[in-house]
Amino acid sequence: MRLLRFPLLAVAALSMTVGTAMAQTTVRWLHIEANPAQVKIWEEIARAFEAKNPGVKVEMQFLENEAYKAKLPTILQSKDRPHIIYSWAGGVLKTQVEAGVLQDIGPQLKGYSDQLAPAALAAFTIDGKIYGVPMVLSEVGFFYNKELMAKAGVDGTTIKTWDDLLAATKKLKAAGMTPIAVGGADKWPLHFYWTYLAMRAGGKPAFDAAMRGESGGFAGETFVKAGELFKQLVDLQPFQTGFLGFKNQPAVGYFGDGKAAMTLALNNVYLLQRVLAADKAGLSDDKIGWFAFPTVAGGKGDASDTLGGITGWLVTKGAPKEAAEFLKFFVSLDVQKRLAAGNFLVPVVAGAETAFTNPFMGSIAQNLARSKYHQNFLDQTLGPSVGRVVNDATAEIAGGSMTPKDAAKAIQDAWKQGN
Amino acid sequence: MTSTVSASVPRPRARGSSLGKLLADDKLATIALFLPPALLLYTLFVILPIGEAGFYSAFSWNGFGSPTNWVGLDNYRYVFENRAFGLALRNNVLIIVVSLLIQLPLALALAIALSERFRGAVALRMLFFLPYVLAEIATGLIFSFVYDGNYGLLASIWRLFGAEAPHLLASPQTSMLAILIVIVWKYFGFHMMLYIAALQGIDRSLIEAARIDGASRFELLRYVVIPLLSPTIRLSVFFSVVGSLQLFDLIMPLTRGGPADSSNTIVSFLYNFGVMRMRVGFGSAVGVILFCICVTFAFTYKRWMMRDD
Repeated sequence: MRLLRFPLLAVAALSMTVGTAMAQTTVRWLHIEANPAQVKIWEEIARAFEAKNPGVKVEMQFLENEAYKAKLPTILQSKDRPHIIYSWAGGVLKTQVEAGVLQDIGPQLKGYSDQLAPAALAAFTIDGKIYGVPMVLSEVGFFYNKELMAKAGVDGTTIKTWDDLLAATKKLKAAGMTPIAVGGADKWPLHFYWTYLAMRAGGKPAFDAAMRGESGGFAGETFVKAGELFKQLVDLQPFQTGFLGFKNQPAVGYFGDGKAAMTLALNNVYLLQRVLAADKAGLSDDKIGWFAFPTVAGGKGDASDTLGGITGWLVTKGAPKEAAEFLKFFVSLDVQKRLAAGNFLVPVVAGAETAFTNPFMGSIAQNLARSKYHQNFLDQTLGPSVGRVVNDATAEIAGGSMTPKDAAKAIQDAWKQGN
Repeated sequence: MTSTVSASVPRPRARGSSLGKLLADDKLATIALFLPPALLLYTLFVILPIGEAGFYSAFSWNGFGSPTNWVGLDNYRYVFENRAFGLALRNNVLIIVVSLLIQLPLALALAIALSERFRGAVALRMLFFLPYVLAEIATGLIFSFVYDGNYGLLASIWRLFGAEAPHLLASPQTSMLAILIVIVWKYFGFHMMLYIAALQGIDRSLIEAARIDGASRFELLRYVVIPLLSPTIRLSVFFSVVGSLQLFDLIMPLTRGGPADSSNTIVSFLYNFGVMRMRVGFGSAVGVILFCICVTFAFTYKRWMMRDD
């Protein structure tokens, strides 16, 4: 238990230093954004909110992604918990709601929430109560380096099926290049492959059936097939040497440095690869391409189905009403337009997509609008425990230490075991 | 986890006569004054959490609210069925074996060499002791750069010989080897210092007497020095084993227990599978198992190896 106690003390110590300036209402806002350019804009927005609302102070706190996930349960049960926290929705949100640490802000959002994309708002609504405000939609797909692909004689725009991708990988290998960069040490970048393959093979019905425990659950045919297809790719050794030791950020940087031809990633990598590249410039607009995850022969999923995230902000129990007010200000048409103009995000507020200055982000927004089935990340949807098993199992397939069948079984076992 | 160390401190035997003596002396006042703070802290931060862990380990609980879903011994069954736990246990044994067979002999040899007075001996001692002073996280980060297969020190050395550098930390076969090297590098200096201190405490006249009796250098070591060092050696073995069982902070920056759970220790397993997955009951079960291993070791070792100390 000492492992859990320490962060609690750290949070307590942190809030003590904060407490001294409490002559007014302070909204504590915990985020995990690593891109300094975006954080700078957020800070400006927070200051603007303070200027409009005298007596209110918005205070930003930062935790790194993995550290945030580890500390959150402890933080949420502390008296000094932040008022606004980051969320990927899904099963983790459900757990938090059941624990009673969140606040229903539905009444405060009346008249505001209509402008939000319905699917995004639905992700933050449980049993008719709204616990937060969505902010960003995202899509996972393949980025490619146009120069490297051309050198190997591959046209990224023609990759439509899984076999096309395998063929392209072989060509890139033959040309002596690293076909794909992936942050295998973080595991979740690998889980994109398995999840997408299962989506293409079985579609939404397969996932719904598995969650109900029907047709073998996650050990069923669709999910074994997803593992087998993934294994076909793994057997070509497409990833950079030592990929299991790469965390996500170095892997994105590796792609940005032009050392790998492709990477399967969230759309925000379009900008992130520039920040993380060694020369801080990365691949420019004309050198980077994108194609949707390929389809699978005989698959039941639709090519327009998307995997990605619906992320946003939750308000915790006991937060001052200014917390929700700030979110309304933060996720407003103006601010979303501004962030869209910087190509930071695909907005959730209707009308903000007109602000894109970059055709790439526009095309992502279109994909998402067209998608009839948007699957949230599995490691969030299935809850913290089973989600991690999905990550583990896919990393083990990639490392060759588990067969696709055993991987599917491991996930199903964890699903049955529950929490 | 400090509990095991503290638990191994011999307790005064409570005999009727000695109690009477205590009361007769003024010692009671001393005890009344000095015992409560220590006892309070010990109870608050050691006894209570151990009890809590034992209690939580019988529940399926995600850490929110209070535990309600009683599952009996299921968590323990899940732990022992878990492949990664078996690997973690194996790794812990591996660390102990390497500590005992490589690290301690190395430390002893260096201590014997450096305990003699010659120019630079003190400087060398300092140099060998430095890794121990370094923070674990910093050490882990430094070595993750050293081992990096693309830009690392090791990779450049490899390239000097024209070979493609291996990614030691990225392969399940070599990750543990890489970690073991760091462990030996980091902790041998500490044991060396223990031995040097003990060597300096040896009565010179004993060594002189052995020399006069015609003992060779080897015989001197074998029959005089090492037997006189044996209490220190037993102590350093104890530190080494308990330290190995608790190893966590070196693992996280280096591999986080991966790839494919090949480099977890029991504690990093607890963190990865208990804390990160919000399975507090499961994690507590691992904690209780680790506690049992530590306590069993500490008491057996005290009883059989250190009873004369």
